[in-house]
Amino acid sequence: MNAVPVAIDYLDETVYASLSGEIDHHTSRMLRAKIDDAVSRAVPQRLVMDFAHVTFMDSSGIGLIMGRYQQISVYGGRLSLSGLNTQQKKVMRLAGLDKLVDFETTGGEAHEGNPQQNEAGV
Amino acid sequence: MKEIRNRMKLEFESRSCNESFARTAVAAFAAQLDPTYEEVSDIRTAVSEAVTNCIVHAYRERVETVYITAEIRGERELVVRIRDKGCGIADIEQAMQPLFTTAPGEERAGLGFAVMQSLCDRVRVRSKPDAGTTVTLIKTLKLRQ
Repeated sequence: MNAVPVAIDYLDETVYASLSGEIDHHTSRMLRAKIDDAVSRAVPQRLVMDFAHVTFMDSSGIGLIMGRYQQISVYGGRLSLSGLNTQQKKVMRLAGLDKLVDFETTGGEAHEGNPQQNEAGV
Repeated sequence: MKEIRNRMKLEFESRSCNESFARTAVAAFAAQLDPTYEEVSDIRTAVSEAVTNCIVHAYRERVETVYITAEIRGERELVVRIRDKGCGIADIEQAMQPLFTTAPGEERAGLGFAVMQSLCDRVRVRSKPDAGTTVTLIKTLKLRQ
């Protein structure tokens, strides 16, 4: 079937998950498995989910974020979201996510620096 | 009742890989109204929420059939009906409450109906336990300058 539309990078106790394409109920299950695998291996202090290359997202994306927040919280880590457009931020605020996670103003951080490992799934 | 100027019907298996097909097909039908980018995004998202409800909640991931009809009424009104023959909803008011979900293990946010309502002018839900549910999305598109 389709490759998982997420690239995982590790840098300085942080896992960067760069999402791409469409996030719906179908793709979110694959994304969840890939991100959870990376987080459970690295046990990072921080997980950054980058939405700069996401072209569509319904409320399945909210469920994906809430689930990753719960997962990283178990390890005592923080969740940050980057690369969000105005409409995505609006939906996330509607769901109250701005109270749980950090919204970063710029996207593409996952591509900065020299990541130790790259698991591009696309 | 406004005059129906165009109509299409669609039916497909309730497989999650068809969620993208369904929202894209309805958006393609709506394209003849020359919608804005934001309106296309609203239509795609609302249809995706309704179809996901059929797959996740109505059919509980069993492969059955989802039925969609879309109509253009009057000059600018788009009416989309998404129907299933699944388990139905016993308490529609409760189901439409934000954060309510019958599939917590699936990481559902419980925001499907709230998103549909925020993106459409009207959302109607008709349902009967063990018979199925019909969700009607109504959106009047803006006149382009």
